[in-house]
Amino acid sequence: MSNATLKELADLLASGACSSVELTQDFLNKISRLNGDLGCFVTVNAERSLAQAGAADAQRAAGRAGPLTGIPLAHKDIFCARDWVTTCGSRMLENFVAPYDAHVVERCNDAGMVTLGKTNMDEFAMGSSNETSYFGPVRNPWKRNAVPGGSSGGSAAAVAARLAPAATGTDTGGSIRQPAALTGICGLKPTYGLVSRYGMIAFASSLDQAGPMARSAEDLGLMLNVMAGHDARDSTSLELPAQDYLRDLARPVTGLRIGLPKEFFASGLAPEVQRAVESAIAEYEKLGAKVVDISLPNMALSVPVYYVLAPAEASSNLSRFDGVRYGHRAAGYSDLSDMYKRTRAEGFGAEVKRRILIGTYVLSHGYYDAYYIRAQKLRRLIAGDFAAAFRQCDVIMGPTSPTTAFGLGEKSADPVQMYLSDIYTIAVNLAGLPGMSIPCGFDSGGLPVGLQIIGNYFAEAQMLNVAHQYQLATDWHQCAPQGIGA
Amino acid sequence: MALTLDDVRRVAHLANIAIDDVEAEATLVQLTRVFGLIEQMQAVDVAGIEPMAHAQDMVLRLRPDAVTEEDQRDLFQGIAPEVEAGLYLVPKVIE
Repeated sequence: MSNATLKELADLLASGACSSVELTQDFLNKISRLNGDLGCFVTVNAERSLAQAGAADAQRAAGRAGPLTGIPLAHKDIFCARDWVTTCGSRMLENFVAPYDAHVVERCNDAGMVTLGKTNMDEFAMGSSNETSYFGPVRNPWKRNAVPGGSSGGSAAAVAARLAPAATGTDTGGSIRQPAALTGICGLKPTYGLVSRYGMIAFASSLDQAGPMARSAEDLGLMLNVMAGHDARDSTSLELPAQDYLRDLARPVTGLRIGLPKEFFASGLAPEVQRAVESAIAEYEKLGAKVVDISLPNMALSVPVYYVLAPAEASSNLSRFDGVRYGHRAAGYSDLSDMYKRTRAEGFGAEVKRRILIGTYVLSHGYYDAYYIRAQKLRRLIAGDFAAAFRQCDVIMGPTSPTTAFGLGEKSADPVQMYLSDIYTIAVNLAGLPGMSIPCGFDSGGLPVGLQIIGNYFAEAQMLNVAHQYQLATDWHQCAPQGIGA
Repeated sequence: MALTLDDVRRVAHLANIAIDDVEAEATLVQLTRVFGLIEQMQAVDVAGIEPMAHAQDMVLRLRPDAVTEEDQRDLFQGIAPEVEAGLYLVPKVIE
């Protein structure tokens, strides 16, 4: 059962072939068998999950079931979920029990979905390998000494290992798409503002966006239908009419103009990743799509720009962790200032402190214009590149990540090497565009490769259509890691 | 422009993060690498470009000035490190 897609599980539940309690128990069994090895979940509460499943079954019996009622899913531990420990991968929040639900969690609960647990992640979503988590690394289900990517590494590995049929994630610079690519699953970062950030612990507020992670484009659409929607509690949540993101799935891609930015295929791209991505493009051409050569001339600037803007916003957002209202407080201190300093020194890990320091520096007197304002100006140039590109094409495609999954510990000593692993994803966040990753092959070591699809603002339904048509013609998304199976 | 140990200590102070000498040395090495990357920004002419603070051009919504939240003080203070009589306790600020 655990190898089925959301769509198949929904059909099983609707037909009465199994109950939500049975389905949930099945996933919980699998989690207890494999999680010790993989480290995907930081919190599991079987009793609570089964109670939610029982309520979903009762809802169905009463004739009030929706499309995903009774379906289990995992939430990234960045989302507050009432009465669940919500750690954000940090010692700072090791014992933080959220007093309320994030909008995303509330929407999933209202849809009758069952929370299987909270997934491991890079501390405060700052990382590309899940190695900055206070609770230890996540292992890649395809190769146990490789990283799953990050920061939504636990969610990605859980879906890849069939410990959950779908999971929530967040993406500030690639944190949904890069781990999806490295674990051979599908992930979608929607247009900025489509999904409410309420109750999602803030990293860089002008870039953070939540989205679904699942095994097929169709499943992503089912999840997005639940997750997206206006919420007055997030001042950047967009007021748009509700829509069905699955509406265009069946549309053929004949005549689709696919833009290939030359900057995505330059030096630094692993040859095996390039080959897999080029094969996927060739498949699209067979399906009737046309390839257009485009350029995003300022793409190389996206990493330096991001490492000014995201830390600047983070240094401000994370100032709330001071040991006064919630979270960790140091045991011994001499005065208030010493309490703040020790609390934050103990509660934050090395990468989080590094980013707070970068952010504090670029916002400090004398450096604000040279760094922060300059980065915001370059952000406009980067967004302008995409606007120009979308006058020539309908979607943009390229690799999600320059390499397949790298080894645990391989990049953790050099932050710059780690930062560069998000080279193809960061620009999309800076522009606020939607982006997704779908599996498109493997390298010679059997590690999955992700194809990135970038759409124009609010083009989610079109992107899901484009991905779905590829998944009708290929079966990369159906491959499971060895020893995982059904 | 090269970062110095004093810069690291000053910024750590501004960020309210305690840092010892060993950590400061290691942080200097890492931050120097990161700023090496960031310095690439200086090569581009940005004259006349408007800063972009946000992905969407949107104005903040206004709402009627009415109470919309219920009092949840007990719930929220239940997770605080130290409270007394509805107040958050911190070390004495004025001797």
